[in-house]
Amino acid sequence: MSATHDMQLLLAVVTILVLAMFLGFELITKVPPTLHTPLMSGSNAISGITLIGALSSGGVGQPEMATYLGMAAVIFATINVVGGYMVTNRMLEMFKSKAKK
Amino acid sequence: MLSDTLRQALVNIPYLIAAFLFILGLKYLAHPRTAVKGNSLSALAMLIAIVFTLFDQNILPVHMIAIGLGIGGTIGAVLAIRVAMTEMPELVALFNGFGGLSSVLVASAAYVGASTGEINLQLSIATIASALIGAVTFWGSLIAYLKLRGKVVPSGAVTSPVLKILNGLFALSILGLSVVFVTNPGMEMYFWAVIGIACFMGITLVIPIGGADMPVVIALLNSYSGLAACAAGFVLNNNLLIIAGSLVGASGLILTQIMCKAMNRSLANVLFGGLGAQESGPTMDADEVYAGKVTSASADEAAMIFDSVQRVVIVPGYGMAVAQAQHVVKQFTALLQDRGTEVLYAIHPVAGRMPGHMNVLLAEADVPYEQLIEMDDINPTFPQTDVALVIGANDVINPVAKTDPASPIAGMPILDVDQAKTVMVIKRSLSPGFAGIPNPLFAADNTMMLFGDGKKIVVDLVEAMKEL
Repeated sequence: MSATHDMQLLLAVVTILVLAMFLGFELITKVPPTLHTPLMSGSNAISGITLIGALSSGGVGQPEMATYLGMAAVIFATINVVGGYMVTNRMLEMFKSKAKK
Repeated sequence: MLSDTLRQALVNIPYLIAAFLFILGLKYLAHPRTAVKGNSLSALAMLIAIVFTLFDQNILPVHMIAIGLGIGGTIGAVLAIRVAMTEMPELVALFNGFGGLSSVLVASAAYVGASTGEINLQLSIATIASALIGAVTFWGSLIAYLKLRGKVVPSGAVTSPVLKILNGLFALSILGLSVVFVTNPGMEMYFWAVIGIACFMGITLVIPIGGADMPVVIALLNSYSGLAACAAGFVLNNNLLIIAGSLVGASGLILTQIMCKAMNRSLANVLFGGLGAQESGPTMDADEVYAGKVTSASADEAAMIFDSVQRVVIVPGYGMAVAQAQHVVKQFTALLQDRGTEVLYAIHPVAGRMPGHMNVLLAEADVPYEQLIEMDDINPTFPQTDVALVIGANDVINPVAKTDPASPIAGMPILDVDQAKTVMVIKRSLSPGFAGIPNPLFAADNTMMLFGDGKKIVVDLVEAMKEL
């Protein structure tokens, strides 16, 4: 890959980063304080997105070490994803049941 | 066979859908009624992302993925099902740490797997950033977890010049080694050295911070775990990691800012100020504040007062969580409401050990969220309140924040309970809160102290009310 191509790619990725940050600020300021704990556990689950990075690390032809690191990453990221979404759901259900009454 | 470019393009479409669903999910979190749906959408996004990643050819051997998902999923599920609502700060701290750790591992795997020639400037910077932030997050979160448990590591603030010097040294050496690594990405030793030092720095950064400042620390570590994922996205050139990571990073930063504002302190002061450590000069003498002025009352006497009131505001604090008193508090509230008394809850933004901690506990006890009122909305109504019932809160109701500019909590917004006609404070003793200062409110003429365990006192109150 040429340096120009690398540069263009990087610029595109940085653009995405900046836009996502802004969007994040806009969205999160609208979350009421009463839901801040579920927000934290829910965003925790989202940060488990590293799981897709973990899955695609250490594939065919990679050193054994990379494969093991990748597998360890899969374990910890999965704890975050599964645990994070389940506990968030548990909390939010408690809030919802009151809303119906 | 599909060409590589086409395959890449195809896997990006589900990633785009996933990013869209993550954003939509966060949007639905804006209201308790739609929040469950939001969380499900977010989980769906994650599922889509995972499933389509599995179609990629360059993935881990299938049996390893199965084992990893199985172990991680089981641990995660068990933790999520078994955790008590009072332990939520600990669990979130732990999850933050795991998020950081997986970023370190992903960055390391990518680095180990890359041949030296492939590593350009973007890759080396992103790799070291992801590993560094992830390592600080992991160890920092573990320390936060232990502090919240109050075991092994002291939960109070520790100020020691040694720690400050260590932090400075660690920061400098990380900076130096990172620069060397980025310019010579082939030198593996530097990579591992930075991770090693970052691990120690995670520990020395969080150890000095006191328990009452944990909401800020947890929010900040939450942000770091997102930023680490974001950096990992730059390592792998994966847009979804970057988007999801920065959403989490933004969320944590906003919560950090809200918490700091609620204590009228800067982030630097929270991280390095060591509030509550026994080193600040003499501000007030506890004996002088309390001597002969504190009125203690029994549950029966308190119940007599509750018998004829119209408006009660309950102020829960960390003490309510420790005593697990939320269910019996709700029971007491129901008794009052049956008598036609209006009952509301006043929630200080930093009450408890994480943002929104009190709200979750009260939601667990079936208190409708409409009765949980934020500080700015409830404060003007205290003069019309017959009884302000404080359960295990201290610093957030200390009027000294307004009157004494020299006090460590000067300028911190407080709940103006002292303006209520009667203030009742349920507390074990007159011992100070985390700020380490006495509270003149306890000695005020309109204050009654109900000394004892939070849960037991409220149980006694319930009994006494029933007998009236």
